[in-house]
Formats: sequence, C-alpha cells, structure tokens
Amino acid sequence: SGWNRIINNVARRVAIFGGTHGNEMSGVTLVNLWIQNGKEIHRKGVETKPFITNPRAVEKCTRYVDTDLNRAFTTENLSAPSGDDLPYEVQRAQQINEIFGPKGSPEAYDVIFDLHNTTSNMGCTLILESSKDHFNLQMMHYIKKAIAPDSCPVLLTEHPLLKYSTSRSVAKHPIGLEVGPQPQGVLRSNIFESMRVVLKHALDFIELFNEGLEFPPCTVDVFRVSEKMDYPRDTNGNIIAMVHPNLQDCDWEPLNPGDPMFQTFDGTTLRYEGAGTVYPTFINEAAYYEKQQAFVTTRRETLAAGAIKKT
Amino acid sequence: MEGREVVLPTVSRVALCGGTHGNELSGVYLVRERLKRKRKVEEEDHISVVTVMSNPRAVQQCRRYTETDLNRCFTHATLSGPVTDKTPYEIVRSQELNTLLGPKGSPEAMDLVCDLHNTTANMGLCLIAYSDCDWISLHIYRYLQRQMSDIPVRFIHFDLPLNEAYSLDSVGKHGFAIEIGPQAHGVVRSNILSTMQEGVQHMLEWVHLFNSGTQFEGGKVDVYTMVKNVDYPRDFETHGITAAIHPQLQDRDFCLLRPNDPVFQTFSGETLKYKGTEPLYPFFINECAYYEKGIALSLARQRSVGIPSIRSEREGEQGKRKSSADEMEEEETIKGEMEGEGYQKLMEYGEESDSLNGQHN
Repeated sequence: SGWNRIINNVARRVAIFGGTHGNEMSGVTLVNLWIQNGKEIHRKGVETKPFITNPRAVEKCTRYVDTDLNRAFTTENLSAPSGDDLPYEVQRAQQINEIFGPKGSPEAYDVIFDLHNTTSNMGCTLILESSKDHFNLQMMHYIKKAIAPDSCPVLLTEHPLLKYSTSRSVAKHPIGLEVGPQPQGVLRSNIFESMRVVLKHALDFIELFNEGLEFPPCTVDVFRVSEKMDYPRDTNGNIIAMVHPNLQDCDWEPLNPGDPMFQTFDGTTLRYEGAGTVYPTFINEAAYYEKQQAFVTTRRETLAAGAIKKT
Repeated sequence: MEGREVVLPTVSRVALCGGTHGNELSGVYLVRERLKRKRKVEEEDHISVVTVMSNPRAVQQCRRYTETDLNRCFTHATLSGPVTDKTPYEIVRSQELNTLLGPKGSPEAMDLVCDLHNTTANMGLCLIAYSDCDWISLHIYRYLQRQMSDIPVRFIHFDLPLNEAYSLDSVGKHGFAIEIGPQAHGVVRSNILSTMQEGVQHMLEWVHLFNSGTQFEGGKVDVYTMVKNVDYPRDFETHGITAAIHPQLQDRDFCLLRPNDPVFQTFSGETLKYKGTEPLYPFFINECAYYEKGIALSLARQRSVGIPSIRSEREGEQGKRKSSADEMEEEETIKGEMEGEGYQKLMEYGEESDSLNGQHN
C-alpha cells in the first residue's frame, strides 16, 4: 500500500502521571522520584512533567477517596459547574483537565503516560485507547522492539461500552502503562524497574521523533477488548466462585471454549462457553471485584500504522 | 523425658475467626461459606466450633480496618479501657469479641482461638503464637506439617507475656493465627483458599482426635522466634521510603540472611546490605500492611523445641487434676528439661540488643 505519510507536530509537552490510583506504588514512587530530580526523564526539546494525580489517595495509600479518578474524566464531569460539594476525584479531574487539557482541544498536552499496577499477571502492558492513533502505534512498536525478547502486550480499549474515561484521556496521545503482578500498597523492585525501562524507551522514541527521524509504516499486534466477565454470584450478589487455578495468572494465554474458568467453593469447575478462542487479561484484579469483573476477554488483531515524521 | 506424658483438658470449645483484617480474603471467604452452609455453632462429638467474622465493617469495605487495626486491640489495657461514642469501632469490636470468646485470661474463655490471615509475603503457611511451650499449638503445628506436603508449614513465636499480647488469638486459652501467603490483599486465589481450608480441616481433625483420647507422641519441632523488625531506609525530611526490598531478598522468606547479604535496593540502584552480625531468618518480607508500621521485614532465630507426649483428660481424671499453679510449675520443669536437651544455645555475637517490639499479622 506504499507510504501513507502522516504529518505530526512536535511532541513538545509530555506528562507522566503517577498515583491515579493511590495504592499502585510503582507510579507513585517513580513520579515522586522525578519530581525531586527530573534528570532521568529529561529529553531534548520536550517538557516532561511528572505529576501526582490523586494526592489524597496516595497519602492514604488507597485506590481512591470518593470515586475512581480513572473513570472520572467524562464529558459530564468535566463540564459540571465546579464546587466543593463535588466528589474529590471529580474536582481533581476538573483541575487536571485545566492544567493538561482541555480534553479535545488544541491546547491539550501532546502525550500523557499514566502509570498503573495490577494484581494480575499482565507483565508490562501498554494500553491504547484508539486504533487510529498512529503516533501511539509507532511508539508502541518502538517500545516492543526495544525490550525484545521480553514482551510488551498492547491492550486496545477501544470499545463502545467498555472504554472508560481515563485521566490520560485529556491528552492528544494517551498511553497507559499497566505493570503486574504487584499487590496494592506494595513496591516490588522488579516491577518498579520494568516500568522505568519501558518509560525510558517511550521517552527515547519521543526524542527521536522530535529530532526529525521518520518512522516507516509498520504493524502492531494488539489485543482488542471484547467482553467483561463477572464472577458467578448468588441472588444476594455475593461471589460464589473464584478464578479457576488453571486460569489464574494466565493473562494473555488462549482460553478456548470448554476450558476451566471458575471454581466454586465446593470445588465444581465452571467452563468458558464462548464461541471461539479469546485471550483473557486483568485476571483477578483486586480493584475489579467491586466493578463486577473477574477478567476481560480480548481478541487478537493486527493494526497498521502509517509512517510518521515531525513537520 | 521419654515416656513422660502431659495430660491436658479437652479442647472442647473452638473459635474460628476470619476477616479480622477485612481485605485478607481467604479467611473472609472461608468464614462466609461456613456460616452459609452450617449453623453458626456446630456441635459434634467432643467439640463445638464457633465461626466468627471478626471485623464485618472492614470486610464490607474490603479494607484492613476502618479506624484502627483490630488485631492490635487485644492487650489487657485496650480490652479493659472505657468505651464512649468517640471510641474507634475496632476497639468497641475487640471488647465485644472478648465478651464473646473470652474474657481473655478467664476460665470461661474459648479453649482454642484460631484466627485466619493472609500476607503478601511469600511465607507459605505459618502458625503464629505467643508461646513456644503451648503443647496444644505445637502438636497441631506438627500434625499440619505431616498432613500437608504441598506447602511449607512453620511456627513463629512472638515472645510476649499474655497481657501484652495484642492479637485476637490471645483471647483463648490456646490460640494462634494461621497466616498464608503470598496473596495480594483484596484478592482470592483458589490455591491459597484451598490451602487454608485444608489447614483448618486438619486442625479440627487433630482437636477431634485429641478430645477422643488419642495420645500424641512427643518429639522435636522447629520454631522461629521473632527477634526484631527492620524498617525501610527513609528520607530524613519527608519520611518517605528511599529503597525497595532487594530483588535477591524479595520472596525469600525463611532463607537465612547472612551479614552483608543484600537487603534493599535504593531507587538510584545502590545495594544496601544486612548490617547485623548474627545470621537470622527473614519473614514478612514486603508485607503491604507493614509499610505504615515501619516494617520492611522481620527477623527470627530458629531453634529446635522438644514437645512432650500429650493426651486429653479422661472422665474422672478431673478430680485428680493438679492446681493450675502446680500444672504451670510442672510445665516449666518439663520445658526446662527439654531445653537442656534440645535447645541449641546460640553463640553471643555481641550484637546490640534490640527491644522485642515484635508485631505480627
């Protein structure tokens, strides 16, 4: 199909968010480190701003205070009249939108990296919100190549129902980094270092782009989110089964129809009854029990990214 | 020592507690299932088991605690303190639990209190108790070790007198926590829950056998006695941590830590080494809940403890029971004899003494 050159402006303003969930410790620690000394994240020609998005939740080492900040950036919340009676995280979303947005406008930050941890065995996952974000696709292609043979799965959350309004979504190019497994409130060295390395490559990419390097067309294998699977529950809403031992920790591995999925407390196996093979992820994420999600299924897809070059 | 048998009262009233920390889910689910399937109190031959959800409010919110850590509220001082409408929920609850399962230190207290916990540390299954000479607990420990081959089973001893003992299990005449890890808080892992169910089942099996008159032979068991806690290095001004557990120590609970072994890795990549002079066994390595308590890891000594042969009192034997003072004296004598035989006296390394500010669970 030849060159499909996409012209981009310089990626001049970049933010790194930590503490969107106050108990996801890698991001909190890295951002606090970089607020003290930003040398490591400095790149020529770009302003890189480390920022703690939910300081009250960080202080209490809890996911959120009133409501999940990473679901709070809806149009409704952002356009609501500001006031102290609003939930803390909604007020915070409005403030963040003012500093780094406004979401959807030309003044918004070019790139925001949002640092997260998960109790799921997801390794270093990159989260992509739009299949048409060629800049992000090229960045993710670059990162995957840079950390090979280690892998960096890409989760595409573009879905009419399942997509949610993240803090990073105020930027033109939002990127989620989700690294696990790590318990909430815990800082594991290896997880911390993995996140740090991925971010380093991401910033290197931005620097190369700003220096005028052309990135030729490429393809990126992604996992597109498909279906949210809740725990089996009784009529009172109590969970009556757990993630099956065969599925536990098997993020990104194929789940075929008939494979074990849940195990009831008296030992009965419940099996996956979908039409075809899916790739589950966010398996047994602690924060998702209350969101009625045991795991999410994905389908593999290959996305094409056009060439990009700074104008 | 051989052939010397200790006769003890039956363990007829057992309390099984979960949700003492509301986000340690194995115990929460185990208790919930038991309460759903059976009556709250089950009576079988020789044994009645009370199942309790210790901190329902914290369970409902899936938090460790709502105002203060319930599992630090069972000291004599806290249990006997006054209650006003400003008293934290957990202190009110600890006094309620003391009424239900105690009173602590009295003849009415439950014979055995078993409290179910999880840890983010890679500790396998641990029984945690305040005594290293409670023969009931130590025999249960040995029984679990022999019955459960899939997971390491260990015994941790915190050397505190009863009135200073602060956790729920100290309310019973005998008591211990069952602590299983690694599991993230707020998560149920099926394999961890199975392990806990198995552990509880074997424990109740032992109690049933004991109460039925089975004699359990004496022997030796390994015990880890808590020596000290180690905090993270912290920034002088902000008090924030400046290093994480070193990758070579992470997940290596109960692997001997020697002088100069790596302990922490600073955020700038520097390795901080163990400065103690005595090799010790680390545990509770990187337990999430302990960051706020200033504990990165705990350290223990290991030793071999001799346990006597035991059996339960028979009908009619009660009249011949010694007074509890005589019984205590006899237990102390037995302990002394066994320590002489089995205790491996550690060389004094001249290490500075740290106060035994042990805190667990």
